[in-house]
Amino acid sequence: MSTTEHTTARRGAFSSRKVFILAAIGSAVGLGNIWRFPYVAYENGGGAFLIPYLVALLTAGIPFLFLDYAIGHRHRGSAPLSFARLRRGTEFLGWWQVAICFLIAVYYAAVIAWALRYTFFSVDEAWGSDPEGFLFGEFLQAGDPGVTADVVVGVLVPLAIVWGAVLVIMALGVEKGVGRLSLYFIPVLVVAFGVLVVRAITLEGATVGLDALFSPSWEALGEPGVWAAAFGQIFFSLSIGFGIMITYASYVDRHNDMPGAGLVVGFANSGFELLAGIGVFAALGFMAQAQGVAVDEVAAQGLGLAFVVFPALISEAPAGALIGVLFFGSLVIAGLTSLVSVIEVVISAVRDKFEMTRVGASMAVGVPATVVSLLLFSTTSGVYVLDIVDHFINQYGILLVAVASMVVVAWGLRALPDLAAHLNATGSLYLGRPWFALVGVLAPAMLSYVLVDAFVADLRTPYEGYPSWMLNVLGWGAAAAVVVFGVLAARLSWRPETPLEEPYEARKELR
Amino acid sequence: MSLDAVILMLVAMAILWGGLVVAVIRLNRHDLPSLDDIHRDL
Repeated sequence: MSTTEHTTARRGAFSSRKVFILAAIGSAVGLGNIWRFPYVAYENGGGAFLIPYLVALLTAGIPFLFLDYAIGHRHRGSAPLSFARLRRGTEFLGWWQVAICFLIAVYYAAVIAWALRYTFFSVDEAWGSDPEGFLFGEFLQAGDPGVTADVVVGVLVPLAIVWGAVLVIMALGVEKGVGRLSLYFIPVLVVAFGVLVVRAITLEGATVGLDALFSPSWEALGEPGVWAAAFGQIFFSLSIGFGIMITYASYVDRHNDMPGAGLVVGFANSGFELLAGIGVFAALGFMAQAQGVAVDEVAAQGLGLAFVVFPALISEAPAGALIGVLFFGSLVIAGLTSLVSVIEVVISAVRDKFEMTRVGASMAVGVPATVVSLLLFSTTSGVYVLDIVDHFINQYGILLVAVASMVVVAWGLRALPDLAAHLNATGSLYLGRPWFALVGVLAPAMLSYVLVDAFVADLRTPYEGYPSWMLNVLGWGAAAAVVVFGVLAARLSWRPETPLEEPYEARKELR
Repeated sequence: MSLDAVILMLVAMAILWGGLVVAVIRLNRHDLPSLDDIHRDL
């Protein structure tokens, strides 16, 4: 066995380029594509939003995706190992990303568990005539904001099922677990969501919703906030900047056309967002017409769209159960393929650092994640904890580490020419000075604007009016904790078997 | 639907879905999957 084959066998690898692309699409296409993009587009200029959205995709999203691919593919390791190989002192960036992924995984699983439960609720429309009351009362049993230990069995059981499935998938490895999940479930997701869209656009009033979504408000293009929303949407949607694409790229054969694959992933992700926008707003148009109100009175995003607006819509629409099963089933699949990519960042890092077996690392990461997830999110306060952690980890975790890593790689290490040369060696798209400018200047500048804008808003007004102790501990505290973890974890030494200098395949066999 | 909305919806479809098709064709032209790849996937 050659050293390259040996390394591949040890770390795992995607069986082909197609599987890698499907896994990357599965990671990028998540809950945000379905419940965030349609509302962001509607709120920020409607059809005119297409212009800043495309500019953001082509000038920041896809170029940043190439950067992640270049780091992982060039340095053949998890996020911490890749950064350590890039320059030993930047390893903390990788562990910072790992900590962010761990936190995201523990709450993301809870939303998938809710969607799983709602897939079955859809069949008999269990929410009755009051979906909001059902969600917060009967289902989540949420009281006043705070942290409690009162377990909600109706959430605990599906959450345990989700984690059980994740543990099995992760233990099976990159090829048989993550790869096969994507290979089979991404086509299922596209077909299921496609059927949902066809059903939605054939509902009475669908054109009212589509008109609301696509009617352009050209004056919005003069507002900086609209451009910031476009860059934010592209950034959060593409799974870039927090270790996932670095990890996945490290599992890809050395001779692959990574920029070509990146274009496919970027356009597939945005193409799915457009499909989601059409489906969601066609359905909202039906609902608005049925209730005799304007679309803006029913339009929503996030948890409200999925678990309040859609159930109400399912109750009113002909064949509503079908819409419900397709909608919540799509959320489960989109969420699951994203969740495995998030937890893979952590497992891959633990394997690389401690030279553990696949099953050992999956359990070492997955079992604690399951316990934390069940303890925090299967209780009556789970929804509040989730809302706060999600907001702060997105803004001051993902966004901050992305800006920091871009600035460090582009300006601190001046590594872009070397990374571009690596991608150019086998890529179908030449990366030169324009790419350096986009990744080194434009993308960090725009993302910094989004970050500062969010920071000022959070300082002015406490997020969603939660008690300050909750925001300080679960919000700012979590955002600070992931940085501290990153710095501390980077102080641990690498084992002698793991080379930090090239050739990476020539690992020392000590056993 | 207004004419503006219809046009923008079609433009969005053409750019994003058309872009995806072009990206896939471009990738395959540059580097066709090998028989080994296909066998492994199956």
